[in-house]
Amino acid sequence: MRNKAEGAFYQRDREWHPPAFAPGYKTSVLRSPQKALISLDNTLSEATGPVFGHNIIGELDNDLIHNFAAPGESAIGERIIVYGRVMDENGKGLPGTLVEFWQANAGGRYRHARETYIAALDPNFGGCGRAITDEDGGYAFRTIRPGAYPWPNRPNDWRPAHIHFSLFGHAFAQRLITQMYFEGDPMIWQCPIVGTIPSREAIEGLTALLDRENTIPMDARAYKFDIILRGRRSTLFENRLEGN
Amino acid sequence: MQSLNRFKESASQTAGPYVHIGCVPNFAGIGGVFPADLGKTMLKEATRGTRITVKGQVFDGTGTPLRDALIEIWQADADGIYPGGSDPRGPGDPHFTGFGRQAGDAATGEFAFETVKPGRVPFRDGRMMAPHITFWIVARGINIGLHTRMYFPEEEEANAADPVLARVEHKPRLATLIAKAEGEGTYRFDVHLQGEDETVFFDI
Ligand SMILES: [Fe+3]
Repeated sequence: MRNKAEGAFYQRDREWHPPAFAPGYKTSVLRSPQKALISLDNTLSEATGPVFGHNIIGELDNDLIHNFAAPGESAIGERIIVYGRVMDENGKGLPGTLVEFWQANAGGRYRHARETYIAALDPNFGGCGRAITDEDGGYAFRTIRPGAYPWPNRPNDWRPAHIHFSLFGHAFAQRLITQMYFEGDPMIWQCPIVGTIPSREAIEGLTALLDRENTIPMDARAYKFDIILRGRRSTLFENRLEGN
Repeated sequence: MQSLNRFKESASQTAGPYVHIGCVPNFAGIGGVFPADLGKTMLKEATRGTRITVKGQVFDGTGTPLRDALIEIWQADADGIYPGGSDPRGPGDPHFTGFGRQAGDAATGEFAFETVKPGRVPFRDGRMMAPHITFWIVARGINIGLHTRMYFPEEEEANAADPVLARVEHKPRLATLIAKAEGEGTYRFDVHLQGEDETVFFDI
């Protein structure tokens, strides 16, 4: 099912991703490398990666409404399904990709020791889940729509509703952490963290669409969120990685 | 005109201050969802190779340790094969994951990995690279994950011939990629995000 490390990955488009230094997001000022990154065409160390089997996934891992709730109870909030495909830049689905997600509860409060927001904790909501993509790169999970929340940056900054995503792909070079936003949320365009991304097009690529056709009647609305990881170069005329 | 039919990689966003909820929920005090945090244990009794401990901290531009970083490592087994099935040269040690994930300590920011010393892996042209461990660092304020490598101080000869280290033009910076020995089998690898001692990070 998994591809062996056939070739190096397309060079990452650093103009498309947020720069390390983005002063509108104040914490980045002291945490951003200032020297140029050293470019390195992938060796086996980058073109291979950890493999996670479906055996690590528990029955409720992709159900945040129930995976922390007391028996017979469920998390409070707007019930939604988030689903989509993990693909590479060539549009090929990536099976066997571990997708991890975490989020605030319906009131915008995280279950975390450092969280200081006054919104209430939901005793039935933990806020974490995970899935492994199927043969076509597909994944799905059930959750509640997270609330917006304030955060210390400028005196009155708020995060739009969002879900954090962590992805592995098939190689350590594809490792990515990103966030998903919700179609139609005006707060997307007011957020300094979203604003670290240089282009509107790239931000829209992180914005999930409401999918009425996949809504489960009388249960949950559906949002579709596809994720693109780096693609491999063709090996037609390439010096293959040692060992192939 | 024809099209290359290519997509753009999804844009990165910071892991934020609450990355622990999603990546190490048991560490964050969210028990009962996943049986154990992924990448917490790299070794089994039967794992081949020399046991080592790799410790360190991640420092910001003022020299203050980050207390909310998440550190991941990926490395070859003792024979120099990447385990798990993605290495074309073979499956590697079945008792070794090669993948570790640790949060920095909530008070000191210190992380620690219990692993084995990796063997040597060939570079693209077949020359052998010196033993190394790949690091990936995310945290609040880091907009895209940072890749670096840790090399071993006792491997002077192999390090001198390493084709990746040779890419670093400013030789005084090489020291940032080499761990410090701290007693038997223990290494310290501190990462500096900026400043005079800024660690060499790679665009891979
Ligand atoms: Fe968040």
